[in-house]
Amino acid sequence: MPVKTDAIGKQWPAATYEVGAEKIREFADAVGAGSDVHRDHDAAKSAGFRDLVAPPMFCVVYSARAMGPAILDPDVGINLAAMLHGSQEFEWDEPVCDGDVIETTATCKEIYEKDGKGFHVFETRSTNQDGKQTVKGTWTNIVRGV
Amino acid sequence: MADLKDLKEGDSIPELKITPDKYLPHRYAGASGDFNPIHIDPEFAKAVGLPGNILHGLWMMAQVARGNAQLAGGDPRALKRLSVQFRGMGFPEQELVISGTVKEVSGDRVVIDTVAAQGENQVIRNAQAELSAD
Repeated sequence: MPVKTDAIGKQWPAATYEVGAEKIREFADAVGAGSDVHRDHDAAKSAGFRDLVAPPMFCVVYSARAMGPAILDPDVGINLAAMLHGSQEFEWDEPVCDGDVIETTATCKEIYEKDGKGFHVFETRSTNQDGKQTVKGTWTNIVRGV
Repeated sequence: MADLKDLKEGDSIPELKITPDKYLPHRYAGASGDFNPIHIDPEFAKAVGLPGNILHGLWMMAQVARGNAQLAGGDPRALKRLSVQFRGMGFPEQELVISGTVKEVSGDRVVIDTVAAQGENQVIRNAQAELSAD
């Protein structure tokens, strides 16, 4: 059965995430990001950040809210039980700090079939309350046995 | 970030070694919001044909990010881009080794090819990190 490609170009409503200090600390602990700039307001400010700063990969926390509806959308038609996370790219710009409000929009960029597998490529763009882009993500999910 | 500027093409970066404990996937699930049971429930994982609960791919990617960011003293501004391919399953209580080689140096930008492996099992391949010393 060929993959459905109707969803290419579809964009989902922006998802908002409010960044908090304890969530940054919890995430920094879980990934082992040891720097004080992720834990101490003063250390972050004296290193030149607006406030306590998130590790780069914190982007998965605030982007996930935008990716959820995209992956679950019946128009995309992903069989979740057969889905693998194939590849991932992030490009970072403005750092994300305590108190930021991040809006993320997901777009379906590509859907194609190769070697009996479905490839679903999504792009997320996240911006902060000042309109500055914090990260652009490219998420490639592979569905086996399409 | 003087260290970054000293890097030359072909240089190896210092290895980062980390052994995630049995409950690390639970803590990362809470921190990230990804509670997929294949990561935190060994019985569920076995029921769907896996050897046991597996590490979150994005946690392993975070270790690749950390292995590269340590070249800039852990400064979160240094990492400009990271792309990875997930090619294997990672497991708790096994050492994960992040290693890399400098692919390209141009101006203040450094591109590093990175691999994450548990023994012979390369869980992340063809990872490419771009760091900037600016």
